[in-house]
Amino acid sequence: MNAFLKACLTAVFGFALAMQANAAEPIKIGSVLSVTGPAAFLGDPELKTLRLYIEKINKEGGVLGRPLELVHYDDGSDANNANSFGKRLIESDKVDFLIGGTTTGATMSMAPLADRAGIPFISLAGGVVIVEPVKKWLFKTPHTDRMAAERVFQHMKKQGLTNIALLSETSGFGQSGKKESEAAAAKMGITLVANETYGPKDTDMSPQLTKIRGTAGVQALFVFGLGQGPAIVNKNAKMLGLKMPIYHAHGVASEEFIKLSEGAAEGVRLPAAALLVAAKLPDSDPQKPVALGYAKAYSERYKEDISTFGGHAYDALMILVGAIKRANGVDKAKVRDEIEQTKGFIGADGTFTMSPTDHLGLDLSAFRMLEVKNNDWALID
Amino acid sequence: MLSQFLQFMFSGVTIGATYALAALGFTLIYNASNVINFAQGEFIMLGGMLTVFFLKSGLPMPAAIVLAIAVPAVVGILLEKLAIEPAKGADTVSLIIITIGASLVLRGIVQIWRGKGPAVFPAFSGNEPIIIGGAALAPQSLWVIGTSGVIVLALWLFFNRTVAGKAILATSVDPLAAQLAGINTQWVLLVSFALSAAVGAIGGILLTPITMTSYDVGIMLGLKGFVAAVVGGLGAGHGAVAGGLLVGIIEALTAGYISSAYKDAAPFLLIFVVLFFMPRGMFGAKKTERV
Repeated sequence: MNAFLKACLTAVFGFALAMQANAAEPIKIGSVLSVTGPAAFLGDPELKTLRLYIEKINKEGGVLGRPLELVHYDDGSDANNANSFGKRLIESDKVDFLIGGTTTGATMSMAPLADRAGIPFISLAGGVVIVEPVKKWLFKTPHTDRMAAERVFQHMKKQGLTNIALLSETSGFGQSGKKESEAAAAKMGITLVANETYGPKDTDMSPQLTKIRGTAGVQALFVFGLGQGPAIVNKNAKMLGLKMPIYHAHGVASEEFIKLSEGAAEGVRLPAAALLVAAKLPDSDPQKPVALGYAKAYSERYKEDISTFGGHAYDALMILVGAIKRANGVDKAKVRDEIEQTKGFIGADGTFTMSPTDHLGLDLSAFRMLEVKNNDWALID
Repeated sequence: MLSQFLQFMFSGVTIGATYALAALGFTLIYNASNVINFAQGEFIMLGGMLTVFFLKSGLPMPAAIVLAIAVPAVVGILLEKLAIEPAKGADTVSLIIITIGASLVLRGIVQIWRGKGPAVFPAFSGNEPIIIGGAALAPQSLWVIGTSGVIVLALWLFFNRTVAGKAILATSVDPLAAQLAGINTQWVLLVSFALSAAVGAIGGILLTPITMTSYDVGIMLGLKGFVAAVVGGLGAGHGAVAGGLLVGIIEALTAGYISSAYKDAAPFLLIFVVLFFMPRGMFGAKKTERV
């Protein structure tokens, strides 16, 4: 009996070993995203996009003949969690690459880990601090807050609007936006004659708007926030009969924003990636096929509207896969160098050309200025 | 200048009315059981979310609203039956922790069921603002203020003019004596949870067209409602209303005249000031402890 058992065990073991040797070892991509919590509306489509495209790539034979494996943790929109999950990914899951950090806070809390372990890390967060100053192992795909502010001010100046009111959210996104807007305004000759804030969970912004309306010389309003706050600002502004043009930041670029504003979004302007208006782009636009392809794949699979945030994840994954292919292996230093060499990659967020001094690789042209017309987005610039 | 002040007041009174409804919910349950029910904010959330859900499934607005009040009331009863009652005899702190747990469960269920995005439905009588003295007032604000007033009046009549209401009051004063007088204190507890859930849900329904709702909207509303209840003196109905309005108005005035950055700090500063000078709140009963 004993001998029989031993034989059985050996057989099972041998079989298991053989199986493992047969299948190519997967390339492990670790990710920490904010799938729950306040930043969930960013992290949720990001994770869905990663899953969708990793599945797709694996079905088509993987990368260099090896399947991709996603090891994912949800930080619940808390940067402290991101740090401990980052440690777990590197030390116990032994991932090859990192994608993620939905928020700037989460990214910065994981950045030192990636740096110490020497792991290429592509962030999906907006903050400028991620790529300025350049960190050896850290890259990112979303446009920065500064670019959004600069793009908006560029458009305002064209319209002759130079005295403006800034209304920013007290969330991390809004605060970073406030800082960048203040810096960009000084540089671009825009004067902030009023500078107000509101809380991310606030339900009424009419006091702030009343104050802005009462400030002399305000020509336009720039709202820097995300989620439902900016939609409430639209509704309050309409109720108060605020006549000045309203600009929003890129954080609210989703169909949901128009829906939530219930008609009050009419005429508001914002900078956004081409993804949002893919179908409206001229056929000559090189981004059109990429954006349309992504939009189709995502909405077919998940039966929900696309947001630009999922596009950040698409770009990060594709840049990484491209770099692995060019490096012809998963050697971390080589892949890092190849990510830095990314040139003319047309993604959902724009055309990426990275360099040793630019770990983002997008310029202002990546942002299209949109205006809400008849409850839909229209390209205006 | 006056129009600006009026605008701040309109904002403050509207939001204050919903804080008052949340505070009333705290008060109802506190009176019956000495428990601070931290799931109160979740009833507000349920009111709004369920109305959105029932409207989307094709029900007419009145039916959706009735159901969105009834379902949270049942949830309130279940909460009492399944979570508070089995822990009978546990000290108040344990019961409060149970309500925190219940609020996390409710929030989690709604998050999974309805997703994390915000939702909204149209205002009852349009969005065309009413202009008074140069300040704009949304028609929905009148609904919020008016309905809150009606609820406060109805609750007052219930507690002062009906036997059932008086039974609840008696239980809050002295549960043992009430029991000896033949009052079913278990029933009192159930009614309090149902009532407080229904009041919270009504607040949520009224507020949603103005502020939108989402699975986590109850956290801040519940917290501000709690501040309002404490400022007003826990257990006093008129105190809850005064506290709610005061918190709402102070918030709006702080945002308007000082800086919007300090807006959320103002109510919490208020709680210190009030409790320092009036440890039992503005309308709290004066109790003397016998030694």
